[in-house]
Amino acid sequence: MSRPLALTIRTLFLGLSLLTTAAAAAERANDKVRPPEGIEIGMSTNEIAITSDFTGADLTIFGTLTNVDDYLQQIGQYDIIVTLEGPRVDTTIRRKERVFGIWINTEQMTFSAVPQSYSMTSTRVIKDITTQQELASLNVGIDHIRLFAANYFGDIAALDDFRQAFRRQMLGSGLYQTNPGGIRFVSPSLFRATLKLPADVPNGVHMVHAYLFKSGDFVMETKLPLRVVKTGIEQSLTEAAYGNSFLYGLSAVIIALSIGWAGSVIFRKD
Amino acid sequence: MTIYLPIAEMSVNILIILGMGAAVGFLSGMFGVGGGFLITPLLIFYNVPPAIAVATGACLVVASSVSGAISHFRRGTLDLKLGTLLLVSGLAGSTAGIGVFAILRSLGLLDLFISLAYVLLLGTVGSLMLIESLRALRRIAKNRAVSLNRPGQHNWVHRLPFKVRFKKSKIYLSVLPVIAIGFLLGVLTSVMGIGGGFIMVPAMIYFLRVPTGVVIGTSLFQIVFVTAYTTMIQATLNHTVDIVLALQLMIAGVIGAQYGVRVGQRLRAEQLRALLALLVLAVGLRLAIDLVLTPKDIYSIVTGGHT
Repeated sequence: MSRPLALTIRTLFLGLSLLTTAAAAAERANDKVRPPEGIEIGMSTNEIAITSDFTGADLTIFGTLTNVDDYLQQIGQYDIIVTLEGPRVDTTIRRKERVFGIWINTEQMTFSAVPQSYSMTSTRVIKDITTQQELASLNVGIDHIRLFAANYFGDIAALDDFRQAFRRQMLGSGLYQTNPGGIRFVSPSLFRATLKLPADVPNGVHMVHAYLFKSGDFVMETKLPLRVVKTGIEQSLTEAAYGNSFLYGLSAVIIALSIGWAGSVIFRKD
Repeated sequence: MTIYLPIAEMSVNILIILGMGAAVGFLSGMFGVGGGFLITPLLIFYNVPPAIAVATGACLVVASSVSGAISHFRRGTLDLKLGTLLLVSGLAGSTAGIGVFAILRSLGLLDLFISLAYVLLLGTVGSLMLIESLRALRRIAKNRAVSLNRPGQHNWVHRLPFKVRFKKSKIYLSVLPVIAIGFLLGVLTSVMGIGGGFIMVPAMIYFLRVPTGVVIGTSLFQIVFVTAYTTMIQATLNHTVDIVLALQLMIAGVIGAQYGVRVGQRLRAEQLRALLALLVLAVGLRLAIDLVLTPKDIYSIVTGGHT
């Protein structure tokens, strides 16, 4: 009776030890092919309606990191950059020069497909997150937005002056802005990003980009479209002015004629 | 309290705009002018893009001229034949002006051109008016009769060919100077946003020798139609008429004008002209200073397309 029992116990031990070794091996193998980290973002809406009295607001974006290494996360090796790029248009910039005492636009340059607005937030100041080269190759950050001057074959130094002036003016107008430190981790894998929308945020399809970095290396990027729709009477007027311009002009004239005429009737003394 | 101007794409203080409209309306009522040459520079000083200031100024002149035009039409104090000739040439001039406007805008020279045109025009007209009114005032001080219109005197204008009889004005005159004046003012309406009454009235009196009785009515008749036409074309082709801005200016302007008229009736014509001349010169000088002063940033961004 005792032998089979002893045997059973031995077999059990053997089995157990085998199991543990297998588990450990599996864990090691798992570690080697550990799936890479991922990033996903979400918004409560993919369309925001902006009324005419809009004076700027914060846009909150939630996101998760998948397959996070808890240890690396604890020592702050994960960084995230979130940007909101406005619709792209060709943008011309002009430079004045003094000619015979007066200031005249003498030179101009057109950059193709430049975002009309750009808002960026990150876990840290972006130059601490990764290298300039990496940021440049990803076109992340106001300094790295691609400003490509089509049909310009002149002086490179002048091109640089124009680019700098463009960035300076867009920053000054608030259309381009950064909010370093606007990303907070709610849990090791859940984060919240706060982007600022400028008061004159352009109409159209914007794109939210989220970039994940691990220990300074770019891991992945994800994006989500966001439609900005301006509402209210001013927007209808803008649409009329560009879409139905003849009728718009006709109404302007009729309004002018009626106000002028009404004034003379109301204030008539005889 | 701010309001957003959809075409100018800027937020403005509604009280400042209403104040501007009322002030310009007051002055236009007082001096009997359309006010385009005052509102356009004022809007530019308030950082409204010059292209929009000009087109919206033309729209404002429609409102400020129509009531006067109607009352002159009712009373018959206008020369319809002369007015129509001025009008047709004015429409041609305005069309040409819109073309110039669009070309200058694409070259980035529009703002400069508008300012330069204002400096030149306001400087010249202001100086001439000031000299003339000071002379008149001096003559009055010496108790001499003043006559603006000296019929019977002829100048080179009256030796030009293609003469036509204008019955109402009782003048026999070549159509060439009439067409030239109409065309030039049409161009100015497009590129400067002015009706041009303050140029046309003296031109008709001194140049064409039109009797003073029909001068104002004829000029207003032309101005209403040319500015209305210009507003239409600016809105259709250049998209530069801001109706929100125009509406505020027109309402405040029409009210301001009523008070201006009352004050104007109490002042003597020569004094009025001297004051107007000083005002015109001041506006011109201010624009000239802006042209010469070093700008805050020599670069400026032009947003390409519209979404």
